[in-house]
Amino acid sequence: MFSELSRQLRPALIVFLALTLVTGVVYPLVVTAIAWTLFPTAAGGSLIVQEGVVRGSRLVGQPFDDLRYFWGRPSATGPFAYNASVSSGSNLGPTNPALIDAVQQRAADLRSAHPGRGTIPVDLVTASASGLDPHISPAAAQYQIERVAAARQLPAEQVRRLVEEQTEPETFGLLGEPRVNVLLLNLKLDELSAGTAVGQAAGEPANP
Amino acid sequence: MTAQGVLELTVYVVVLLAAAWPLGRYMARVYSESFVPPGWLALPERGIYRLAGVDPSAEMSWRMYALAMLAFNVLGLAVVYVLQRTQHLLPLNPEGLGPVSPDSSLNTAISFASNTNWQGYGGETTMSYLTQMLGLGVQNFVSAATGMAILVALVRGLKRTESGTIGNFWVDLTRSTLYILLPLSLILAIALVSQGVVQTFSPHAVATLTDPTTDVDGQSIAEQPIALGPAASQVAIKQLGTNGGGFFNVNSAHPLENPTPLSNFLECLAILLIPAALCFAFGHLVGDIWQGIALLAAMLLIFLPCLAFCYWAEAAGNPAVVAAMDSVEAISVAPATGNMEGKEVRFGIASSALWATATTAASNGSVNSMHDSYTPLGGLVPIWLMQLGEVVFGGVGSGLYGLLAFALITVFVAGLMVGRTPEYLGKKIEAFEMKMASLVILIPPALVLVGTAIAVTVPPGRAAISNPGAHGLSEVLYAFSSAGNNNGSAFAGLGANTPFYNLLLGVAMFVARYWLAIPILAIAGSLAAKKCVPTTSGTLPTHTPLFVVLLAGIVVLVGALTFLPALALGPIVEHLQMVSG
Repeated sequence: MFSELSRQLRPALIVFLALTLVTGVVYPLVVTAIAWTLFPTAAGGSLIVQEGVVRGSRLVGQPFDDLRYFWGRPSATGPFAYNASVSSGSNLGPTNPALIDAVQQRAADLRSAHPGRGTIPVDLVTASASGLDPHISPAAAQYQIERVAAARQLPAEQVRRLVEEQTEPETFGLLGEPRVNVLLLNLKLDELSAGTAVGQAAGEPANP
Repeated sequence: MTAQGVLELTVYVVVLLAAAWPLGRYMARVYSESFVPPGWLALPERGIYRLAGVDPSAEMSWRMYALAMLAFNVLGLAVVYVLQRTQHLLPLNPEGLGPVSPDSSLNTAISFASNTNWQGYGGETTMSYLTQMLGLGVQNFVSAATGMAILVALVRGLKRTESGTIGNFWVDLTRSTLYILLPLSLILAIALVSQGVVQTFSPHAVATLTDPTTDVDGQSIAEQPIALGPAASQVAIKQLGTNGGGFFNVNSAHPLENPTPLSNFLECLAILLIPAALCFAFGHLVGDIWQGIALLAAMLLIFLPCLAFCYWAEAAGNPAVVAAMDSVEAISVAPATGNMEGKEVRFGIASSALWATATTAASNGSVNSMHDSYTPLGGLVPIWLMQLGEVVFGGVGSGLYGLLAFALITVFVAGLMVGRTPEYLGKKIEAFEMKMASLVILIPPALVLVGTAIAVTVPPGRAAISNPGAHGLSEVLYAFSSAGNNNGSAFAGLGANTPFYNLLLGVAMFVARYWLAIPILAIAGSLAAKKCVPTTSGTLPTHTPLFVVLLAGIVVLVGALTFLPALALGPIVEHLQMVSG
């Protein structure tokens, strides 16, 4: 048996090295090269760069708690919400008292910030899987319109139109859920308030 | 549950079957002895054989095949271990990450070599780009190719008569990698980048926050660090190869790993694509496509009800959360009151439940939502699908060879009923095959139940539990169901990155992979040596609805009898607590 094994050692080593070269070096480099040729912005993380400043990634959520902005979902990342270097969910179980307490606290905070609004959309009181969810549901955006409009002294109708513009439907009317990207919506809001359009979002220079 | 959600799941199953059919045909061609790739595409394969001193026409006995497989896997395991321990000395580490601890490195090395891809660590904070690519990425390919090779060897055993050999491991491994996994991964990776999956060697980006925030200590935070990396190339193969090890900590829930509903659909499709296609390939290889369709039908017969049940449970939501929302009026815009804790808005309930079911039916283990926060019954589905032995689709190769072991048990049980020697595809199933098949079926439950029992008995096992009550037991049971069946997903609240869990789960993963692979190869060798017996009126046909129901029934029965007591103490009692308030 040991002589049989020793005869397999050379093939094991060489085949391993060869497949490592193909799948561990050539393959990722080829994917990178094609990605940066065809989709440079996406390959670089879909960064939003305005006037040389990275404002964020259009795919990664940011924390918002100012009354003038739409708020995203609760985030479980540490040590601060939406820390995109340590993605994490809450991992609280469905009967964990800590989950129920957190949901009740969030609901109370939302109610006091939005007096007179009815049912709170469930995505505003539950933590996302990644802690980086860039989206809220259209219901959650509509829930906040009056508060944001009042804080910015804008007509609610104008903010509502912006929310509708920023609402993405299900893909092909079939996949996923309708949603609103909170960071993009808030950047648009700032443009609206400033009254001047800020430079177009652009990708980072191609440099893999 | 919404009509759109149900339609989405239906379209998923239809597209899956439509894509698996031609792929199965192609794979059967790749594994046929006469296959020659066109033109220069054959050069890399021939080059590898020449350098390695492999004669591709030289056949191996089952023992030799198993030795080659083990030597290759242990070597890979060692390399992944060393890469993690020395990554601080190696290039492509822009974040300056230090060496991984010995117990975590060992756990991860076993995990990726055994196609489990259990992750005790957080990707973006632990592994350098080099470790991800050269260690984990390579194992994603070759551990999947190992599973496919073993399956093909078993098929040869069924097909051949009075033969002492079952093929050449090096050829099966190389062809699976070069002609099946590599081209599919390349296509999927580019499609994923088009949707926004990141693929870069740049260090992490830093964004200026629009609305500065504070951390838990009240410190002002004005910048958001954003982890990047060569994710797309790795995500593609981790989905296709039923690996499941995420580039980032939260796996495919991370918006840079799975940014859109379309990327989600493609990644989810990739989970079941090869396992489903292998059923068709099996049919072609044994010369009767209905044999393959029957196995696929048995898988679907278990998969579809589990999918519907999980979707229903998650859409029904958590009554305690709904009460806290003070929800008196129903809202018309989805997501209404479903369980959104640990889920992403772009996926919603339907796509999350579909993924959870697919990733645990297959031994993939990647996640797009946090299973730990599922409702008790919604979380029961993933646990139970793993406990069934990862034979409902299962791992690439390993799922089908596991189900074939169940098929042998099924013909044996049927044979007992009518008092005849059981046969499968013309081969007599005798004592040796039954002993080996029993090992395949009994080892994983033993690992799961004994492992769980040890962990909840000793203090270091209990210390890692993060949720109180029955859910805590579910966390431990999930971990061992995952490791003992090479799945790799987790109730991630369990703080399993400790020496205790790293070692115990490491042992479970190692035994679950190789102590199943070797008996399967032994069956292959034993069957290959046998004569083919002619079909008579007393032969149980194995491509009929009767056989499909019998096979699915045996799988479900073994799973239910073994695990119902443990499940009753975990998710079932938690469900009763939840609904009673």
